[in-house]
Amino acid sequence: MDMNEIKEIFFQECEEQLAELESGLLKMNDGDRDPETVNAVFRAVHSIKGGAGAFGLDDLVAFAHVFETTLDCVRSNKLDPGPEVLKTMLKSADVLADLTAASRDGGTVDPSRTSVLVKELEALANGQVPAPTAEAPAPAPAPKAAAPAPKPAAAAATPKPTDESGFQPVPFSFDDFGGEEAEPAAIEIPLCDVIFKPRPELYSKGNEATLLLRDLSRIGEMSIYCDMDALPPLDQMDPEGAYFFWKIAIRTEKGEEGVRSVFEFAEWDCDLEVKVHEVSAEGSDEDELPMQPVPFDLSALDDTDEDHDHHEDHGDHHQEDIAAAIEAAKVATAVVSMAAAAPQAAPVQAAAVNKPAAPAPAAAGNAESSGSAGANPTIRVDLDRVDRLINLVGELVINQAMLSQSVIANETSGATTINTGLEELQQLTREIQDSVMAIRAQPVKPVFQRMSRIVREVADMVGKSVRLVTEGENTEVDKTVIDKLAEPLTHMIRNAVDHGLEMPEKREALGKNPEGTVKLSAKHRSGRIVIELSDDGAGINREKVRQKAIDNDLITSETNLSDEEIDNLIFHPGFSTADKITDVSGRGVGMDVVKRSIQALGGRINISSRPGQGSTFTMSLPLTLAVLDGMVVTVAGQTLVVPLTAIVETLQPEASAIHSFGASQRLISIRDSFCPLVDVGRILNFRSAQANPTDGVALLVESESGGQRALMVDAIQGQRQVVIKSLEANYTHVPGIAAATILGDGRVALILDVDAVVAASRGQALGGDGALAAAS
Amino acid sequence: MSIGAKNLSKGARELIAFRIGDQEFCVNIMIVREIRGWTKATPMPHSPHYMMGVINLRGAVLPIIDLSLRLGMKPAEPNPRHVIIVVQIGEKIVGLLVDAVSDILSITDDNIQPIPEVSAEFVRAFARGIIAVEGRMICLLELDALVQGNESEAA
Repeated sequence: MDMNEIKEIFFQECEEQLAELESGLLKMNDGDRDPETVNAVFRAVHSIKGGAGAFGLDDLVAFAHVFETTLDCVRSNKLDPGPEVLKTMLKSADVLADLTAASRDGGTVDPSRTSVLVKELEALANGQVPAPTAEAPAPAPAPKAAAPAPKPAAAAATPKPTDESGFQPVPFSFDDFGGEEAEPAAIEIPLCDVIFKPRPELYSKGNEATLLLRDLSRIGEMSIYCDMDALPPLDQMDPEGAYFFWKIAIRTEKGEEGVRSVFEFAEWDCDLEVKVHEVSAEGSDEDELPMQPVPFDLSALDDTDEDHDHHEDHGDHHQEDIAAAIEAAKVATAVVSMAAAAPQAAPVQAAAVNKPAAPAPAAAGNAESSGSAGANPTIRVDLDRVDRLINLVGELVINQAMLSQSVIANETSGATTINTGLEELQQLTREIQDSVMAIRAQPVKPVFQRMSRIVREVADMVGKSVRLVTEGENTEVDKTVIDKLAEPLTHMIRNAVDHGLEMPEKREALGKNPEGTVKLSAKHRSGRIVIELSDDGAGINREKVRQKAIDNDLITSETNLSDEEIDNLIFHPGFSTADKITDVSGRGVGMDVVKRSIQALGGRINISSRPGQGSTFTMSLPLTLAVLDGMVVTVAGQTLVVPLTAIVETLQPEASAIHSFGASQRLISIRDSFCPLVDVGRILNFRSAQANPTDGVALLVESESGGQRALMVDAIQGQRQVVIKSLEANYTHVPGIAAATILGDGRVALILDVDAVVAASRGQALGGDGALAAAS
Repeated sequence: MSIGAKNLSKGARELIAFRIGDQEFCVNIMIVREIRGWTKATPMPHSPHYMMGVINLRGAVLPIIDLSLRLGMKPAEPNPRHVIIVVQIGEKIVGLLVDAVSDILSITDDNIQPIPEVSAEFVRAFARGIIAVEGRMICLLELDALVQGNESEAA
């Protein structure tokens, strides 16, 4: 693995850590005082710092260090994370994110921003820490001391004499990276617990544990312990066997990656567990570390004959070694210098051979390490490949359904094995489909998280106090939609904070909470994702909007507009109501850009506003590749799918419930309220005359715009999960139809666009209707 | 003339000939993706009259055009003997319903005769030449306008 690759991984991890950091801080901001949350925040900053140190990213390390120091005060309850403290911390998280981005992309971060925050953070840390000094925050040196600390616990756990002075950590120069740092000693280096268990194959392939351990010692300061509990009596021993394993505590800036890379060529032939400890000021970690330190002399290892032909005679070696070790153990103290015995790991073994009666702390340490062997690994895959897979799986589902149908049609009576097989196949295909879909669908959370930063920044800039509430962040939507959502959302959030919310004094005067609230929510609806952004600000000032529109020649002063129409004027290109052009918004490119980007995604955007109470923007976007739960219905002999989310209830209308209303309208009374009846077959032009409502089924639907309609269909076939297929790929958008799907019989069924149908029933023509009529 | 046709104009070109009613037409074989049997299409609302609907082509939604109607002749009455010629026009793939595929021709430009001036609408839109083969008359079609036509009419 070359350095750039490792660096790339580091930055990816940074992104995750930054997200973790931010969500943790936000939780704390909401009053969460769970130590785990604080720890998670601390860990995130610490990991970034550790990684950055390994790559010599000094700016990042320096800032992360100060940040971490302050966080440590919070962790040790020396500093109460009040709102002011958290504000600084959130800002620091933003700067940390910027610094990370700058390190990756080669940009720079305004040093004044950093230095201001560094001062603030230091002030916070110093305010509470006893005997504070200007540049050396109290907790910093402690972790350094923690490195050799495994002693006390281990000594207590073993009967061995283990004189404490016997512990000699191997000094190691860090000149290679970050050598010119002002205070390298103050930088905590992550502690890794490594358990290295060679299998016999390791030796038979000519690998040598000693060499690996020596390589490991080169990347950091380490203490090593050999576990020999598995060593059988001599007469039962397999000379080709591997009986020892090593537990190593290494303090390395290269982190887990670095440790693993040492074992890169041997990892198939050994069991390797690497666990990165967070560095803590106290010895708590060490309590769990039944590590018996053994002096490890690097120079001795270097003397080891590298050309030694290990894979021929390693078995003999082992026997010799052990014999020697046992001999040595009789006379020597438990701690034997590596240099004292001739080959390989024998002395280390000797130390352990002597203590068979000792309570084996190995198991405990082992279990503990294996429990957290590492985070979920991820791979990056080309989206095209995923799409191809999704298409193929869709085909598989359809084929499987067709197969089932033809088996049923051919009536294979008694052939239960076929039926059982088919059922299993069905289950498998369903599972495959679900897993494949899960690959592409992603929660909107990352975008929402980014928004909280925007809110903070803008609020800061315009001097307002704003709280962002998010809801439904786990709503899943196609990756491409998520990616394209960030920009319009950013615009809208800025607008909401800058224009929507009033200044705190004004809010107070109005009897509102001086802290404004911006709410961002996501949910699935009618086979689409609906994202709502609302603020509790002043709402749209319609007089002002109208006047502005007149000033900008968008409308004339005579134009008579409904409230809704006035609200929608803000989507007009070149419209901005801000009295003064601010840094934040007001360049007049905001809302029309938003509208266009939403439309480009096949979405719609609506605004509703109530003076004095705020405005709500509702965006509805397609889920493109997502699956949809639909109700399969028959209309005029055609099979249609109605998104289940749109349906409120289904009912069988009785003649007495149907009331004519005007020339062609009919209303249906449902529990004493009247709801317009819409014949789907008529709207879609599948039939020329209205069907008799009592022959069919009414689906009570609720459209995005809130209105209820009873959609008349002929019959309900059932509920099904369907794969959404694009009509636009080979054809064009069809009014009233959201997309297509393929049913079990292999035929295409259309998915109804409930909103468009409801809109059409209000008298708005389905788009393109007139043009089509002319063409035919 | 399309780019494909230009490239091929130097030497021999291969065409697929098919029958609609008692007339024969042909298209450049390079645009044909596959030929498949007729399956019932799902009609689409608010579509032009020659648009028969959509079918499932291995997971893709494929619109089917009644070529007979599109060329201004009488509507096809599809039965299992009808075939769908799947063609790629630009980025889009559409299916053309025809009565039967009759031949594969290998001809040079010299064999293509200009179209006599007639008033039929399809001639202006699609017909690019006439080929005489063993006493039969085969009309060479250029289908680029098929998809563009769809778009402008449905938009």
